[in-house]
Amino acid sequence: MSQAAVAKLKGAFAASVLDVKEHRGEVTVTVKKEDIVAICRYLKEEAGYNFLCDLCGVDYLGQSPRFMVVYNLYNITTKERLRVKVPVEEQDACVDTVSGVWSTANWPERECWDLMGISFAGHPDLRRILMPADWEGHPLRKDYPLQGPGREPYQGRLS
Amino acid sequence: MANTETMTINMGPQHPSTHGVLQLVLELDGETVVKAVPHIGFLHRGVEKLSENRSYHRALPLTDRLDYLAPMSNNLGYVLAVEKLLGITEQIPERAKVVRVMMAELTRIKSHLVWLATHALDIGAMTVFLYCFREREAIMDMYEKLSGARMTSNYFRVGGLSLDLPEGFENDVREFIDAMPGHIDTYEGLLTGNKIWQKRTIGVAKISAEDAIDIGLTGPALRASGVDWDLRRDNPYSGYEDYDFEVITRQGCDTFDRYKARLDEMRESCKIIHQALAKLQPGAILADVPSVCLPEKKDVVNSIEGLIHQFKIITEGFKPEPGEIYQGIEAPKGELGYYIVSDGSANPFRMKIRPPSFVNLQALPQMVEGALLADVIAAIGTLDIVLGEIDR
Amino acid sequence: MGVNHATEQASGADYYNVLGNNIMTTSLDKVVNWARSRSLWPMTFGLACCAIEMMATGAARFDLDRMGVLFRASPRQADVIIIAGTVTHKMLPVIETVYEQMPEPKYVIAMGACASSGGVFDTYSVLQGIDQVLPVDVYVPGCPPRPEGLLYGLIKLQEKIMRERNSFGAAIGAGKVIPG
Repeated sequence: MSQAAVAKLKGAFAASVLDVKEHRGEVTVTVKKEDIVAICRYLKEEAGYNFLCDLCGVDYLGQSPRFMVVYNLYNITTKERLRVKVPVEEQDACVDTVSGVWSTANWPERECWDLMGISFAGHPDLRRILMPADWEGHPLRKDYPLQGPGREPYQGRLS
Repeated sequence: MANTETMTINMGPQHPSTHGVLQLVLELDGETVVKAVPHIGFLHRGVEKLSENRSYHRALPLTDRLDYLAPMSNNLGYVLAVEKLLGITEQIPERAKVVRVMMAELTRIKSHLVWLATHALDIGAMTVFLYCFREREAIMDMYEKLSGARMTSNYFRVGGLSLDLPEGFENDVREFIDAMPGHIDTYEGLLTGNKIWQKRTIGVAKISAEDAIDIGLTGPALRASGVDWDLRRDNPYSGYEDYDFEVITRQGCDTFDRYKARLDEMRESCKIIHQALAKLQPGAILADVPSVCLPEKKDVVNSIEGLIHQFKIITEGFKPEPGEIYQGIEAPKGELGYYIVSDGSANPFRMKIRPPSFVNLQALPQMVEGALLADVIAAIGTLDIVLGEIDR
Repeated sequence: MGVNHATEQASGADYYNVLGNNIMTTSLDKVVNWARSRSLWPMTFGLACCAIEMMATGAARFDLDRMGVLFRASPRQADVIIIAGTVTHKMLPVIETVYEQMPEPKYVIAMGACASSGGVFDTYSVLQGIDQVLPVDVYVPGCPPRPEGLLYGLIKLQEKIMRERNSFGAAIGAGKVIPG
């Protein structure tokens, strides 16, 4: 079970694990931002989570810390999933890159920077990926309007 | 020795051989690719942001338009994710599960047919394109019978299905899958032993198992590199554990083996559909959870209670308890994942889609650097990318 | 040489009799319009979902070729551009470039809801209808339109071209085409 991996992780990084939650049979571990690379490397090499499924940011506007960076991990041998989350402050929206641990992380981190405005320290090629290079703002943030700045949503026919 | 300069050429985003609006900037030394940089985002439509502004039921049609070659697989991933979020996975009726599996596998065949058609067309085999589209039209007709639309089906619902199967539908499916293995033999007859095809595919765009896992390849592309992993078998959903099928793995790691793996996968899909047809029993198509499921159409048009029920769910939606889930399914192109965060309101707080093509495309530079320019076309084809889901 | 001269003469006479020894008169405009509308070569410009239906329209079942419609990969050889799919702000400069590379006369078909109006994607990154930038001749509704829908759109475009006036004059530099 992924609970065993969490127990192991707690043993190795007791000070870094902030919270462990289970919802609908899925385990989510919240850890400190500073240790994310070490924890990911540990989970990959010691706990067998050799596959990074997905990486994304979530914007909890109005809460502190404002952002969460979410790593969905998978163990191909035991077919188990584990989710690791990292809280990120708005003032210091920067996390160390895990692209050295899994090469997969390269594009998802670029996407997270592009759409959410969280930068990744040490990333080999941190450019915008989906939006044009000269785009202003980060569209997936909760304070960014759906239609973009300066355009009203379609309100239906006026007649 | 004379100094040689490298040359930079641009491919796309408008290019007949890229599958959609993909731009590749290639640095060439003669005909050899030194560096390949993909540029994406030309079809970024803001699906994730848009679904944050819609209720769960109303976000479903957006998923059709992600991987538009396999709309029902996208629907399936989404409804499974929302059902997991609500905790009603166990209450989905058997008939709905079987129909979902049947349609997901038909969708796999449909998606692989477009892949084969365009991949072969790119490498110069025009005939296969016309054959594949002929078979695809048969599946499109079934889609239309079932949902009213040829492509954007929007057929599954959170909690079950939108409509029951129309009369005679099972016969159509049976006829199709009885004929399909013969059609696959035809494609193989045109390609597998074809010297040109072999020259263009064998040993082209190789990627080893370790590299494939490291870069995050999934689906047939991973299995052709010898990694035995299929979510249908390993993390079964929608009742896949009750079906008997083989996970196709191959050891060649190249374009030819990925081609063979996909063709064999289509044969396996036919087997699964046969089993699904045998399992199909009359019964309910929607879970008995009135707070979530839309009422059946006949109740909406015939009774005031049904109408009010429909109105309430459409206007107010349902509110899953706060929490977050990730649901991955084996889509035709690889692992399609939905990560949904709920804050207790009627709209998803955050919906992140993990599109298989997005991650698979990342492997392209690794596959083509050091290869010839002409092999880039084969590599794009073999990855089976769809820009709709890459850019979202 | 074994050739039956009588037969040859007879068949030759039949050949000349097709027009019944008559003279056909028409305006140059009509000939030009007829030629243009019966060999519409669209640019393969697949953007999104609609492109797949465009491919299906070109394949054997719906068979665009019978209408003289052949897809061209280069804008230099194309008469009509079918905007098949969602136009994003990132893609727009590319579309404009390709459109400008097409030789006159050129036509635009907006295929599907996204190209016509932005469709379901009322978002920050999507252009709300290609008609904000290019002069659209025919809108084809649907999400995506059925192949029959695209065929009908092309027939409508043919009709529109047939109604054009001064097409010959414009071609030799006298005045402009009066749209149909």
